[in-house]
Amino acid sequence: MSLSQMKKSLTARIVQEKIYNLLTQGMRLDGRSPTDIRPVSIVTGLVEKADGSALVSMGGTKILVGIKTEIGSPYSDRPKEGSFTVNAELLPLASISFEPGPPDERGVELARVVDRGIRESKCIDLEKLCLIEGEKAYILFIDIYVLDYDGNYYDPSTIAVLAALATAKIPKYEVVNGKVQKTGEYFNLQLQALPFTVTFGIIKERFLVDPQLEEESALDVSLIIGVDEKNNIVSIQKNSPGLMPENLLEQMIDVAVEKSNQIRRKFIETLNLKI
Amino acid sequence: MREQNLKLVSEEGIRIDGRRFDELRPLKIEIGVLDKSDGSAYVELGKTKVFAAVFGPKEVHPKHLALPDRAILNCRYHMTSFSVDERKPLGMTRREIELSKVIREALESVVFLEEFPRTSIDVYVEVIQADGGTRTAGLTAASLALAEAGIPMADLIAAVAVGKVEGHLLLDLCDIEDKYGEADMPIAMAPRLNSIVLLQLNGRLTKEELKKGLELAKKGINEIYQKEREALRRKYSGVSPVEV
Repeated sequence: MSLSQMKKSLTARIVQEKIYNLLTQGMRLDGRSPTDIRPVSIVTGLVEKADGSALVSMGGTKILVGIKTEIGSPYSDRPKEGSFTVNAELLPLASISFEPGPPDERGVELARVVDRGIRESKCIDLEKLCLIEGEKAYILFIDIYVLDYDGNYYDPSTIAVLAALATAKIPKYEVVNGKVQKTGEYFNLQLQALPFTVTFGIIKERFLVDPQLEEESALDVSLIIGVDEKNNIVSIQKNSPGLMPENLLEQMIDVAVEKSNQIRRKFIETLNLKI
Repeated sequence: MREQNLKLVSEEGIRIDGRRFDELRPLKIEIGVLDKSDGSAYVELGKTKVFAAVFGPKEVHPKHLALPDRAILNCRYHMTSFSVDERKPLGMTRREIELSKVIREALESVVFLEEFPRTSIDVYVEVIQADGGTRTAGLTAASLALAEAGIPMADLIAAVAVGKVEGHLLLDLCDIEDKYGEADMPIAMAPRLNSIVLLQLNGRLTKEELKKGLELAKKGINEIYQKEREALRRKYSGVSPVEV
């Protein structure tokens, strides 16, 4: 059963008024302009036992992603492909509003929206992950953990997943006499796309990007837009209640294209990727 | 697996089920179909068939969830096990959990929850056959069920999916078009308020395609909105106003 956690208390309304007034002057609570994102830092390979891992912070929000690989059967409708699944957990140590237990609807939504961008941009070449058609293939388990929550866990999660994928060293298997066995070697995934998301918050008829926690609680509407390196839109999710003025969408798409490019440049530079 | 020579859009611009690009599937709406609920509706869009029912405003269980300034809105989107080609296991899948959330949030955008503090309004969407567009048909049905339950709303919600298949933008994808197409974008609007209440994109679109898709969706949404109003009028046409 899906239950709303939205509360618009009096203080929230006062904060909203304050943030809105700042927005009308092109300002934010933390000194950013409406379309500024917070500083991003990326550390990869932090967890040696994972096949790929990344710790990403975006302002005060910290995300840890790890990848583990297993050998399993391909899906029956895609016998020539390996597969991947994305899971996300909002850890109780990240925020007073997160509780222990299995992923709630926010965790499920985070995982599915990140999954959507990776899948639809065809970032991972799944055919290369097949070992024996219809029988054996690599399965990537991509797990997202929110470690510290200061608003907007979507964008740093996508960055962390891509950083973990881009730097992953996957144990290599080979087929010998119809059986798969470990070779002791490792291979890289060679990503085919870099789809980054940009999160928007709307108050009345104005929007801002990358809301921090205090802003997030004051938003009327929140929207996530994923963009790949060819400027295609690869995922969208309106992830809050509220009326979104139809005419804002086009402007937000333009900003999403620009901001995703900014994140992509930073990503390529930090990981020293050759693209 | 997809058959090699399966073509979803013909050279004459006709889709696999005989529709034009901007044509909805046959839409059937009935209001007040389940007696025990406070409001209910049935929506059929081609082979997609959905029930929705509303209970409330009623007492909140457990009590500590009650809010002093408004009603809480619960929503469950669920598919029957036999609604899809391969039997769906019982219980809620991750997809159903996500869709329950986005449908609830769309409804919360228009319902005047502050009219009913300390109560809950429960909305159930049950998909009995899935052939593409179940969340949008479910949301359309849920908004009609709320209307029948007499719950005040800023507007009815009308919802439809648009998508890209073999390079063409199509209105109201059926299952096979969704499965083999390049993109699927469900949209729900409160048409009178010119506002979007649900928006998702699964697939790859250029900015121009997205804009065109939104226009196409609006055309479908307006048609559905008219049908919703007709259905409500039909339901209440025999009722004469109370004489003072």
